[in-house]
Amino acid sequence: MQLTLYGTRGSFPYAGEKSSEYGQNTSCVAIQDGDELLILDAGTGILRIPQSLLMNRKRVDILLTHLHIDHIQGLGFFKPMFNPNCEVNIWGPVAYNKSLKERLNRYLSPPLFPVHFRDLPCNMKLHEIGRNEFNIGNFLINTDFICHPGPTVAFRVTNGKKTIAYFPDHEPAISPNIWKADKSWLSGAELAEGVDVLMHDSQFTDVEYSTRVGWGHSTFKDALRFGKICNVKKLLLFHHDPDHNDEQLESIYQDLMQTNPVDFEVILAKESDIIEL
Amino acid sequence: MASFDLEIILSRQLAECLGTAMFITDPAGNLIFYNEPAETILGRRFEDTGPMNVDLWARIFTPLGIDGHPLNPEELPLVQTLTYKKPAHGSFFIHNLEGETHQITVTSFPLNGRGDRHLGAVAFFWTN
Repeated sequence: MQLTLYGTRGSFPYAGEKSSEYGQNTSCVAIQDGDELLILDAGTGILRIPQSLLMNRKRVDILLTHLHIDHIQGLGFFKPMFNPNCEVNIWGPVAYNKSLKERLNRYLSPPLFPVHFRDLPCNMKLHEIGRNEFNIGNFLINTDFICHPGPTVAFRVTNGKKTIAYFPDHEPAISPNIWKADKSWLSGAELAEGVDVLMHDSQFTDVEYSTRVGWGHSTFKDALRFGKICNVKKLLLFHHDPDHNDEQLESIYQDLMQTNPVDFEVILAKESDIIEL
Repeated sequence: MASFDLEIILSRQLAECLGTAMFITDPAGNLIFYNEPAETILGRRFEDTGPMNVDLWARIFTPLGIDGHPLNPEELPLVQTLTYKKPAHGSFFIHNLEGETHQITVTSFPLNGRGDRHLGAVAFFWTN
């Protein structure tokens, strides 16, 4: 199994020299296992997936954690959407009163987008998910709602040999007391338990978080704490805040690791990185 | 151990932040959490009691009607909410585990998650 990080940035794309190392595009990760391909989120990073990987594919599966703009911004420009011979399966969180189609249509329609969702030529199939388990090809996928404003899910994906978890936007503990409770009270803990790789939100420093409680994101320290509680083998700090340039990210990371040693590998997610499992 | 549903987890996060006493139960009526203000009224810390089944918590706090007669579990607002999946409200006395008597007023409502899932109930209560 192979992970390719096509977009690691949170909130909005951050172009420029100062972000060239850790990433400029918003959330998108591709998982490959042989010929099988899963795409996690459709931020602007989805547009970096090479055509060679998509060209002759009859089916594409895109799993959306939620519909905030930084996770769907690339969708309307994703080439398989315009291929009538391609079946595009979009999996996204169920909501109370609007279907996934209605909600995606808000973005993929004028005036925000020139083409109506219904006019996209691909063979579109939409799947609403919540707390589910399902297969796509060789992958077994578990999903569950997690703490983030609006319907938001996280993913646990396994090929039977290796397992990854994907939590790009997650605020596990609005109340700090939650860290003291049994982990069954920790949003998403079951999905992340014991995974080989956890990709987890680390948008804010402690100081930044103090004025952003409830916005749905984690601090670097909370990402570390979540990984430790869930016994992960490797943690990728993900969804970098656009206010953090490469130099700042490295400085935050160095300080974090010096003051919070853990017995698993922790790295800053870097756009274009390929992780072999 | 399986995680609780997110709606239950968020309810606990709310409870942890409130100055109002709050109970959370699962669909079977098991008391799965109560917060610090509730601990003060009930006379026991949640850490000490842990989760309790409905038969236990409906008796252990010795509910009494306004006229002093012992209340059956089915007369308690939270039990009514769990039974009928509807909001309920009422006032009564409890003898807590410290031997103190409090008159309390309870408002309870069912917790229904996305996808029409019944996840349990929440009760807020106030001392009069």
